[in-house]
Amino acid sequence: MGVLTWTLWLPLAGAVVLAVFPRERHAAIRWWAFGVSLGALGTAIAVLARFDKADAGFQLVEQHEWIRAFGASYKVGVDGISLWLVVLTAFLFPICVLASWNVVRNPKLFMGLLLGLETAILGVFLSMDLLLFYVFWEGMLIPMYFLIGYWGYERRVYAAVKFFIYTLLGGLLMLAGILVVGFQASSALGGLTFDYEKLSQVAFSTDIQRWLFMAFFAAFAIKIPLFPFHTWLPDAHTEAPTAGSIILAGVLLKLGGFGFLRYSLPLFPDAARDAVPWVVALALIGIVYGAIVCAMQRDLKRLIAYSSISHLGFVVLGIFVFTIQGLSGGTLQMISHGLSTGALFLLVGMLYERRHTREIADFGGLAATAPVYSGLFLIVALSSLGLPGLNGFVGEFLVILGAFARNRVWAVIAATGVIFAAVYLLWAYQRVFHGPVTIEENRHVPDVSLREAVALLPLVAMIVLMGVWPKPFLERMEPSLERVRARVVQQEPVASLQDAAPGTGG
Amino acid sequence: MIPTPEIAWRAIAPELALIGGGVLTLLIDAFRPHVRRGVLAFFTLAAVGLGSWFTFDLKDTRAVVMQGTVAVDGVALFGKLILLATCAMTVLISYHYLSQRRIHRGEYYPLILFATAGMTLLAAANDLLLVFLALELLSLCLYVLAGFARRDAGSQESALKYFLLGAFSSAFLLYGIAMVYGTTNTTNISQLSQVAAAAPDRLMFFAMALLAVGFGFKVAAVPFHMWTPDVYQGAPTSVTGYMAAGTKAAGFIALLRVFMVGLGSLQWDWQPVLWIVAVLTMVVGAVVAITQTDLKRLLAYSSIAHAGYVLIGVIAASREGTASSLFYLLVYAFMTLGAFAMIIASAPGGRERLHLNEWTGLGQRHPAFAGLMTLFLLSLAGIPPTAGFMGKFFVFKAAVEAGETGLVVVGVLTSIIAAFFYLRVIVAMWLQEPSPGDAGLGPSPALTAGLAIAAAVTLAVGVWPQGLIELARNAGVFTG
Repeated sequence: MGVLTWTLWLPLAGAVVLAVFPRERHAAIRWWAFGVSLGALGTAIAVLARFDKADAGFQLVEQHEWIRAFGASYKVGVDGISLWLVVLTAFLFPICVLASWNVVRNPKLFMGLLLGLETAILGVFLSMDLLLFYVFWEGMLIPMYFLIGYWGYERRVYAAVKFFIYTLLGGLLMLAGILVVGFQASSALGGLTFDYEKLSQVAFSTDIQRWLFMAFFAAFAIKIPLFPFHTWLPDAHTEAPTAGSIILAGVLLKLGGFGFLRYSLPLFPDAARDAVPWVVALALIGIVYGAIVCAMQRDLKRLIAYSSISHLGFVVLGIFVFTIQGLSGGTLQMISHGLSTGALFLLVGMLYERRHTREIADFGGLAATAPVYSGLFLIVALSSLGLPGLNGFVGEFLVILGAFARNRVWAVIAATGVIFAAVYLLWAYQRVFHGPVTIEENRHVPDVSLREAVALLPLVAMIVLMGVWPKPFLERMEPSLERVRARVVQQEPVASLQDAAPGTGG
Repeated sequence: MIPTPEIAWRAIAPELALIGGGVLTLLIDAFRPHVRRGVLAFFTLAAVGLGSWFTFDLKDTRAVVMQGTVAVDGVALFGKLILLATCAMTVLISYHYLSQRRIHRGEYYPLILFATAGMTLLAAANDLLLVFLALELLSLCLYVLAGFARRDAGSQESALKYFLLGAFSSAFLLYGIAMVYGTTNTTNISQLSQVAAAAPDRLMFFAMALLAVGFGFKVAAVPFHMWTPDVYQGAPTSVTGYMAAGTKAAGFIALLRVFMVGLGSLQWDWQPVLWIVAVLTMVVGAVVAITQTDLKRLLAYSSIAHAGYVLIGVIAASREGTASSLFYLLVYAFMTLGAFAMIIASAPGGRERLHLNEWTGLGQRHPAFAGLMTLFLLSLAGIPPTAGFMGKFFVFKAAVEAGETGLVVVGVLTSIIAAFFYLRVIVAMWLQEPSPGDAGLGPSPALTAGLAIAAAVTLAVGVWPQGLIELARNAGVFTG
């Protein structure tokens, strides 16, 4: 067994062992879950250490027989696109365990589902077989559904069902797409197979590509979520428990962007090129719309949820401009957003534990009562709005740069999103932390505890590290992204790319 | 002197074992009316075991025997295994349930055995007359079984409705067989396959339509599904599970044989009709199920929707399609029997939680129970990693290969609707507060064993389906 199999199955194995723990031994359950998630992080770091940054292809590949009759095998591997997402996932889960330290309602089930969810998410990133990928993709639904529905806030059932149905809709359309991909490629490959590497060598006819692109697009656009498929997100994010929100924002949304990079672009390059105007338009609407809606929110958690729509619009924009800056920026933005939005949800969750409200109007003047908390919140908020020197800036800047090379108008519209982000985040910060203390309860809000600091500081450290030194991140993803770019622009006449840049923009 | 026809004893040994077991249990019950029911159940399981052994014994035999009326081929044998497993599972889940409902009369076991014999014969029938005879054998037993709770008005209603509509459907089928005989001068399915194409069109189409109606009733395909919810709701739950799993499997295998072999040359004529039936079945089954609040009715509509998915495999009209239908029927048998067994186990003393409101908060009170039910429901909804997903995937794969991508898209969209109503039960169990005064659960040893088997199959096939898929693919061939 290789290191990837260990990384992938360790959390689930931990969840299975958890089943024998007595229900009321809360402390043992918590520590066990924390230990298992740290173990998974350790294996993920081992993957990182063994990763060859010059290699654009899949590394540490393992293959075993699974369902021969369907041409499906257990095949896992990691490349520059998935590497950081795997590390991010493994990095966020111990933090989630810490954030859920005080879960009183059936912590055993909670931690079990959390660990099961980790395996499913890692499986999506690591699978190199489309059927295996799909199994993990849908397998993710069940634990996430329960996390929202069982431990969420007031409207949790509504949010959980909405999340489930939306995701299932996209997923099942993708399943039909996966079947057609396998079938269409079977004559060229001499037999039905769902092996990603083999399928990515097949050139499908443009007509079929369009249909398949749409089928996969349904799954990924709902997941990321692209405007107008985003309506499940504010509900799910707002109602989910803190750990659920961190995972949703930190990793689950990235699956959409990852899906575009791993499947939509390399498998259906012609259709992807044709779709650029539409997808970019939706991404730009998402950037601006999400930002405007953010400014209107009264609920702090909902505000952060909507900010995800705006930030992930950048990811989609970066991916679909097909320049290496855009692609790297989009991928880096996925990691950055995972860290900063994960941290924001963590912070809001801590605030909720103290005051049992998320209404912005219920706060004010917290900077005086909880200075450390306010300081951390400020750093994370600044990273989220793209302050240079912190991680958010690098990704957004690269995306805008990449978009600028393609079409100036796109870049200008996208840049307004950054400005709006400053408006809504700083305004919210001002209302929560500055000014006089108007409500009596806010006078005695305790500051960050040791456990919370342990959960937060790694996030803040990574936020700063990625901001000042993004090179180790970028240099590992670029060879793989270059491969994707080469695949998607290969048949495109070079002239049209150059025309597009100054043409429509100027 | 007329020579007596040769009898292929080995080929019909599984049925003989079942009928022998049926006669034996009937006699025991007649002469020793106060014998412990465990003895009868034991002999029933023994007969099923013997039947399975004979079926395995035939695994390398491919023939058409008994003057061309009984086929011994992969489809028939795989079908028999599904049906024998269904029968054994039914005995396990009904043993304590019948006692608790005070309807544990001895004739239950011979009836189940005779019905199973009818089903296995139906799976092997290579002559339309035998199809009819086998169908009547199983139907007559099931009419009685549906009304087994004599003092329960619902059970009586169920039996009467099933009888009336079943008689209608039998008449349709018989009329269709007569038309086939009238036009082609044969009732043998193998011979029919050679002459069907040459037969006069109009009469043949008429015959085909009547046969389709007859089978449509048995497998509960829309628009011939009207009886399903009422009958499923009223019949004792163990019988309902048996009907859902067994009748559907037997009916579909006969339908496969008649349409794929007998009418195979008219494939282009029946495919569009079944296409419409399949779409209607999936859509109506899923949509109507949304509003159901009675669990047995909900599972009845779910069984209608699942008939639509099996029809996808039939319409694919290929070896892969047949194999996928068989695989689906097996998987469906285990997950639906599991779900019905959960209803039986949901309350002590033979009282069941039938209304959705009685299932609220079970996740908090009885997490293991609710977890098991969730597994079956997710499998019925087709969410990986469960057997239900693999079944759906197999059927969809066969359809895509046969160029029926449109049907797959319909299947996918109705799966989402279906997921919604399975989810309602899961929501009730886990996400709603328990109602005050919980009655507790009613597990019993045999029931628990049956549930464990169903759950193990549902999960194991979902994670590692390779062996069973290969078996179904090897079995997906007709002889004759």
